[in-house]
Amino acid sequence: MSAGHRRLDIEEVGDVTVAKFVDKKILDEGNIQIIGNQLFSLVEEEGRQKIVLDFSNVEYLSSAALGKLITMDKKVKAAKGKLRLCSVRPDIYEVFAITKLNKLFDMRENQEQALEGM
Amino acid sequence: MSNPEEFSERIPSDTARGREVQEQIVAGMEQRGFSPRDVFGVRLALEEALVNAIKHGNRMDPAKSVQIDWSLSDSEVHIVIEDEGGGFDVNEVPDPTDDENLDKPGGRGIMLMRSFMSLVEYNDTGNRLTLEKRKDEVDED
Repeated sequence: MSAGHRRLDIEEVGDVTVAKFVDKKILDEGNIQIIGNQLFSLVEEEGRQKIVLDFSNVEYLSSAALGKLITMDKKVKAAKGKLRLCSVRPDIYEVFAITKLNKLFDMRENQEQALEGM
Repeated sequence: MSNPEEFSERIPSDTARGREVQEQIVAGMEQRGFSPRDVFGVRLALEEALVNAIKHGNRMDPAKSVQIDWSLSDSEVHIVIEDEGGGFDVNEVPDPTDDENLDKPGGRGIMLMRSFMSLVEYNDTGNRLTLEKRKDEVDED
């Protein structure tokens, strides 16, 4: 599996980086590893500070994926940046709510709202 | 299709094989008219349960396998997953929603299973898990 195989669509909106997950299912461990590395490199290598993660495509994710998002949140906070999540469908939002991660993450309804005041 | 059906699979410690069984179970549920919400919950619970059995139970040992038995009726699906690991004490898993644990990994898989399934039960050793989902159950919360 190539590490360069992009699992995120990256778009610049002003000074904000919008990273959209390509996959419908974020389950496979190898895939989660790649996604994690691509997310972390946005902060650690590219020094991006304002990041929106767009979940429009995501229909399933597991607790292993949540682990990567938590790590991402820590890295962004350590870099004094801002991280927001958007367009999380109701089933998936429930996964965040059950695990109370909706309190940890700044979650917005859609991309427009996520970009507001970023 | 009103009669309950019973199934059994023994798979190696390979999450891709686990996912095939997962697909088989949810396809059966869809045929029997379980709601997309029920299917979502069972798929999520199976993902967590099978990854736990293969990674934490069998520690990815290719010599070990996971036994999956399930029965499916029009009203419920009942699944038993047994690995060949030493088990664990489910009561010792920290609560991932405690404020001090919120940003730590771990414990969320079991919590999600409990939330989405009607029944989640480990044997005393902790290497055999029973999952049950009854159709169209109204949420308590």
